[in-house]
Amino acid sequence: MRRAARKAEKLSKQQSDRRRHGFKLFLLISPFLILSVLFSYLPLFGWIYAFYDYQPPIPLSQSEFVGLQWFKMMVQNPAQLQTIGQVLINTFAMSGLNILTSFFPLFFAIALNEIRAKWFRNLIQTLTTLPNFISWVLVYAVAFAMFSTTGMFNELLQNLHIISEPIKFLDSDSHTWLKMLLWGLWKGLGWGSIMYLAGIAGIDPELYEAAQVDGANRFQQIIHVTIPQLLPTYFVLLMLSISNFLNNGMDQYFVFQNAFNTKHIQVLDLYVYNVGMGNNSLSYATAISMLKSLVSVGLLIVVNWLSKRTRGVSIV
Amino acid sequence: MAKKIKQGIAPAMRRTKGEEVYNVFNIIFFLAFAFVCVYPFYYLIINSISSNNASAAGQVNWWPQGIHWENYKQVFALSGLTTSAFISVARTVIGTVLTVIASAFLGFMFTQEKMWHRKFWYRFIVITMYFNAGLIPMFITMKNLHLTNNFWVYILPAIVQPFNIILVKTFVESIPSSLQEAAEMDGAGTLTIFWKIVLPMMAPILATVGIFSAVGQWNSFQDTLIYMTDSKLYSLQYVLYTYINQANALAASVRASAGSAMNVAALATQQTPTSIRMTVSVIVVLPILFVYPFFQRFFVKGMMLGAVKG
Repeated sequence: MRRAARKAEKLSKQQSDRRRHGFKLFLLISPFLILSVLFSYLPLFGWIYAFYDYQPPIPLSQSEFVGLQWFKMMVQNPAQLQTIGQVLINTFAMSGLNILTSFFPLFFAIALNEIRAKWFRNLIQTLTTLPNFISWVLVYAVAFAMFSTTGMFNELLQNLHIISEPIKFLDSDSHTWLKMLLWGLWKGLGWGSIMYLAGIAGIDPELYEAAQVDGANRFQQIIHVTIPQLLPTYFVLLMLSISNFLNNGMDQYFVFQNAFNTKHIQVLDLYVYNVGMGNNSLSYATAISMLKSLVSVGLLIVVNWLSKRTRGVSIV
Repeated sequence: MAKKIKQGIAPAMRRTKGEEVYNVFNIIFFLAFAFVCVYPFYYLIINSISSNNASAAGQVNWWPQGIHWENYKQVFALSGLTTSAFISVARTVIGTVLTVIASAFLGFMFTQEKMWHRKFWYRFIVITMYFNAGLIPMFITMKNLHLTNNFWVYILPAIVQPFNIILVKTFVESIPSSLQEAAEMDGAGTLTIFWKIVLPMMAPILATVGIFSAVGQWNSFQDTLIYMTDSKLYSLQYVLYTYINQANALAASVRASAGSAMNVAALATQQTPTSIRMTVSVIVVLPILFVYPFFQRFFVKGMMLGAVKG
């Protein structure tokens, strides 16, 4: 009797020791949890500003509660509606072009892999991934050095007497979407192909041997072996880019933005910045931010569900 | 693996004429694209050290002419640039060290099953990857936390990175648990196990996390734009951006500070808007150019690990 009681006591002591130890571990990570709360969860409460008429020096407590006024303004005021419409068109165009060209890295990798010399493949890989690691500000610096009215191209063309007036590559609104796409490709194509190159290296050689036995030439091997093997990777990346449809980021568009091309370069992220920080309409910008974030999460959920339905794998 | 493919296929790969033609085009395409990727940097470098006259006339396209270092001397004499260089280096070093430590520690701690509600807290952190309050709410929050015009806004929000934590956690889970159990038998506490046993084994994954974080910190531009109005806290990237847009005014100020005694010989080294822009660009890109070739394998590895986790 007594022995059993002592045993139970010892067990419960062990258990509470364990629990105390577990709690101690939690305390050790709690400072980091606080950081996560401060910088990921707390900003969500900033959404409340979308329902007030917040004018910065005046604190929120003294600001007027306006309900859904800002949300209504987006769709009711014709001028506003037109601006938002153009911003959405730009966003859809940029994201759409990116999705349409999303197979470029795949083809880049396949073509590069066709070259036999390994040193050459490695060299190309190193050189073409470099632009991915510089900031958009530097890309703009490069663009300025190359394409401004006093840049390398204009100087070259003028020195060769091909043109007499410098061409305005940057300070104009012609082909803005296309230019943005090309800068994006310049920066990201090499890096984007790396995942596919690794994928190709991981394909079972027996598949190629079997294809050869069946008399497939190089081209047929690519069509019937390489591409089908890489498609799952492509599919996952495509889904992710669809879920990021509204998130173009603002760095690229901000640095290339100027008085001439605002109309076609202003994507949602940049618009939020221009309205919020430029015009100081913090409440209105918050309302747009909020809608954007909600739609993005919705897209992610839908895309994930689709991926589960069609391929049986979730992407998040 | 690559070797295997070669051995397996090479004998059967006798190329047809069409394939040979394709091959030549392929090589030309890749050479051209690689050239386009690298030449702009070379162009910036040779122009920043060439005679500013020749540079302004568009004569410096392939090799430097009349090499001089005056541009660099003058640009570093601008007080704003040295301060910003210091800020950028400081945020890169401090930010990277803290992110690496936090990722290593949290990644390890989330494998400790004894932890109180471990799964819940792990999800609590990971889920933050998938939502974002948006730019303006973030700005208001930082303002309320008194982090605007504060150096720590560069550091604090970047410390807890869910993605890095997942990477480290996956890595720790791949270490045989018998190692930890043996240490526990010997009476080692959780922290001792982390410090003495797991941390040294993490080196490769931490290198990857660190190099990504360092490049991210160095390249970051948006946070200065949004949170900083005090020019003493500007990062180098932001200063470069302002220089590109205001280089004319800047060149004038440099000339003015250099004194008015200008003669023809001085013209070659006299600062022009273009020379200043290019010189600062080179200063900003140089660390990346130096670091990148040596750490490329870490970048590639980081991307692969990320892909596994999706």
